[in-house]
Amino acid sequence: MWYYEKKLQYPVKVRECNPRLAKYLIEQYGGADGELAAALRYLNQRYTIPDKVIGLLTDIGTEEFAHLEMIATMVYKLTKDATAEQMKEAGLGAHYANHDKALFYNNAGGVPWTASYIQAKGDPIADIYEDIAAEEKARATYQWIINMSDDPDLNDGLKYLREREVVHSLRFREAAEILKEERDKKIIF
Amino acid sequence: MFTQRKYYYPYISPFDPCRPIEVKSYETPPQLYIGFQPPSLPQYESPKEALYRGTLWPALYSPYRNPYERGDEQQ
Repeated sequence: MWYYEKKLQYPVKVRECNPRLAKYLIEQYGGADGELAAALRYLNQRYTIPDKVIGLLTDIGTEEFAHLEMIATMVYKLTKDATAEQMKEAGLGAHYANHDKALFYNNAGGVPWTASYIQAKGDPIADIYEDIAAEEKARATYQWIINMSDDPDLNDGLKYLREREVVHSLRFREAAEILKEERDKKIIF
Repeated sequence: MFTQRKYYYPYISPFDPCRPIEVKSYETPPQLYIGFQPPSLPQYESPKEALYRGTLWPALYSPYRNPYERGDEQQ
C-alpha cells in the first residue's frame, strides 16, 4: 500500500501560459516513454523478478508516480487560463473539443496511452534491460522538450526530472549486475 | 568463469495455493559477460559444428533446456 504526501517531489513553477508547450510536455504524461508507462511497467514487473531487485522496482515505480504528478501540474498550469482560441492556435483544438482543459493520457500527437507501450517478459535480464532503455528514452525526451522550451522556471523542473532518469538508469544497471552475480549459485553435491 | 543460469529461492507464503516451486532459475547467457568481443577467440573445429551451434566461437555458445525437464525444482 502507499502513503500520500500532499506535496510535489520538487517544486513546479511555470512563468507563462503556454499551451503549445503543454502539447509537447504531454508526451511525458501519456507517451510511450512517459512517467505513466514507467510507473506501471516497474510496479508490474516486480512480481516475477528475483527477490533482490523487487524493492528497487517498487521504489522507482513509486517515484515515477511522483514525477507523473509533477508533469500533470506543469501541463495544468500551462493551459489552465488559455482561451479556446489559444488552445486552437497551440494545436490543441482536437484536445479541447474532446476534453476541454482536462488532462488526458495521450502523447504529443494525441494518440491515447496503450498497455502495449510496456512489457513484462518474465525473463529478469530482458525486463531490467527494457527498464534501462526506458530511462534513457525518457531522458532523451526531457532533453528534446527542454530544447523547445524558453521558460526557465519550467526548465528547472524538467532538468530535475531528467537527472532522476540518469540516477534510475544507473540503479537498473546495478540491478543487472546483481542478477549476473554468482552468489545464488545452486550448490550441487 | 561464469554460469549461464542463476538460481534463487523466492519467498514462500504458508498460504500459497499451489505447491511451491522452491528454487527458480533464470538465464544469464554469455553475451552479458563479454562486453566487446576480444579478437582471435578460439573457434569450433569444423564449419559444420559452427553452423549447428549458430556461432563460430564456443565462448558465445549458450545451451538451453526446458527448466521443467531439467528438474530445477528438486533441490
